[in-house]
Amino acid sequence: MFDLERWQEIFDTLSKNKLRTFLTGLSVASGIFILVILLGFSTGIQNGVKSQFQKDATNLVSIWAGTTTKEYKGLNPGRRIQLKNDDFNAVSNKYADNIEHESSFYTIWGGLVNYKNESGNYRIQGILPGNQFIENADVSQGRFINISDIDNVKKVAVIGNKVAEDLFKGEDPIDKYITLYGISFKVVGVFYDPGGERDESKVFLPLPTAQLAFNGADNIRNMKFTLKMADDFDQAVAESQAVSAAIENEIKLRQTVAPDDTNAVRVYNTLEEARKIYSLVDTIAAVFWFVGIGTIIAGVVGVGNIMLIIVKERTKEIGIRKALGAQPWSIVGMILQESVFVTMFSGLFGLILGLGLLELVGPLIESDFIKYPQVDFNTAIATVFILVFAGALAGFIPAYRAAKIRPIVALRDE
Amino acid sequence: MIEIKDLHKSYHMGSNSLHVLKGINFNVKEGELVSIMGSSGSGKSTLLNILGMLDEADSGSYTLGNVPIKNLNEKIAANYRNKFLGFIFQSFNLINYKSALDNVALPLYYQGVKRKERADKAMHYLEKVGLAEWSHHLPSELSGGQKQRVAIARALASDPKVLLADEPTGALDTKTSYEVMDLIQGINDEGKTILIVTHEPDIAQMTKRIVNLKDGLIIDDSKVEQIRASAHV
Ligand SMILES: Nc1ncnc2c1ncn2[C@@H]1O[C@H](COP(=O)(O)OP(=O)(O)OP(=O)(O)O)[C@@H](O)[C@H]1O
Ligand SMILES: [Mg+2]
Repeated sequence: MFDLERWQEIFDTLSKNKLRTFLTGLSVASGIFILVILLGFSTGIQNGVKSQFQKDATNLVSIWAGTTTKEYKGLNPGRRIQLKNDDFNAVSNKYADNIEHESSFYTIWGGLVNYKNESGNYRIQGILPGNQFIENADVSQGRFINISDIDNVKKVAVIGNKVAEDLFKGEDPIDKYITLYGISFKVVGVFYDPGGERDESKVFLPLPTAQLAFNGADNIRNMKFTLKMADDFDQAVAESQAVSAAIENEIKLRQTVAPDDTNAVRVYNTLEEARKIYSLVDTIAAVFWFVGIGTIIAGVVGVGNIMLIIVKERTKEIGIRKALGAQPWSIVGMILQESVFVTMFSGLFGLILGLGLLELVGPLIESDFIKYPQVDFNTAIATVFILVFAGALAGFIPAYRAAKIRPIVALRDE
Repeated sequence: MIEIKDLHKSYHMGSNSLHVLKGINFNVKEGELVSIMGSSGSGKSTLLNILGMLDEADSGSYTLGNVPIKNLNEKIAANYRNKFLGFIFQSFNLINYKSALDNVALPLYYQGVKRKERADKAMHYLEKVGLAEWSHHLPSELSGGQKQRVAIARALASDPKVLLADEPTGALDTKTSYEVMDLIQGINDEGKTILIVTHEPDIAQMTKRIVNLKDGLIIDDSKVEQIRASAHV
């Protein structure tokens, strides 16, 4: 292997058969190059989809109340469960470490809203400041409901963009007064919602203000929490399930509901949904791997084919070398060494080229769905070695056969 | 130098078998220049291939320079070919991507001679066949006669005991053939043992002994008055 004379003989052969060397190298290099780009973009798409999705995929836990379906501790089924501020506060305090944003809601479905002569029916919701993040509301003008609005039970409102368009007709709504069932509220902000028009047809009030204004006492309709996400997705799902189950139990305990009564207290966890998206990402990865492995197989077949043709073309040369005293194994070794050298060299070349291109082009790509295309270096190196090994194997069989051909047969004139 | 006793060789093709050599007995002493003649298919090449260890006889004995040649495996055969024999073929069999010099140096590579020394020796033999200026040309840039002279230089490069030539002039015109024969005669004059297969009588007349094959047997083996090729060039 490390015989200098032998290497000189091989370089001599390679350099004097430039076209053949070049074509073999090209097919290997382009195979690896395509593979690297493919895997790079696969990673890029996965990163893109994940991050795109993670923007919305807050780990949201929503809790609603219904009617009991089971008799429990002497209480009859069919009882309506009413969530209270205390329920929310208890959960909020107990799971403060897990919770990122929180809000409880007091909702009036089709509330009549007036501004001057304009009016419309919109959903009116008493909320807490955390709802801005839960709903991904994007405040375009003014501000969102803040903690001082809550503490001071201020009569302020933040209206959705649709409401602003309907009622104000281009007029600046900030600091104007709208009326809900005869009660005036000062508009302090306008928000957009990525959810679109439906989510922008809302009027947010501070929760205590809404409860007070509409005789809600300390009733709430539902509550939502976003949980802090663990970096590892499976861990995040597990934690989220544990926390939402604990919250559910807590509320059932407080409301005296049977632990297995799923109708009375309903908990909805978005991370379950997230899991589906992640499995989509996994599918994308699997498809790319499938294509990648296909590329490798095509590369292996290609290299094998080239080796076969090369050896065939060199049958006569091999006969001459043997007549001049070449040992059969030196023939096999020569062909193998050549093929390994060429595939290795051009494979690494294709690898570097591919990695370089990803490195160069990666940051320039401005698509939401492709982010940081990159390739795990070890994977890439491994594929080069697979190809080299396959090339060697594919070269070995015809080389071995060629070395076995007796020189008279190889030298026979056609 | 060469001793052959009762050599037999058959080729088998499917159920048919063709008895090509039917008991050849023949000796060659050192320094001889022998031509082997005979009609097409009489077994000349077969005999030469066996002498060249490119093929094996079915039975009989063969001794080359006191070394019994038998039970050859590929390794030993390759080794003996490299050390003892030089080949000259009708179709030259040069490696087409190697220069004349590199072609001549190739047997030395398989002898393990170092690169520099290989080049020096190869150059020496190219000078000997009068092609020093052509050393860096590819075979495709040489005429038939020049190619054959490169092949002769290559056959000489490993300093073999015996040169075996199968119709070395078969692909050359008369004038070039005589030039090649002149070269071969010169090499023989220096003491090299040479066997030439030919079916051209004028070429055979330029050797010192003619062996005539017919149907796998030697029917005539006689010394001849050697005609010098240089007289015709
Ligand atoms: N490898 C082989 N397999 C089968 N038959 C063969 C083989 N080599 C030679 N023969 C046959 O053996 C016979 C002798 O062949 P050989 O090549 O020795 O003849 P030759 O005297 O050299 O003829 P030529 O003058 O045409 O070269 C021929 O009939 C040929 O067809
Ligand atoms: Mg013949």
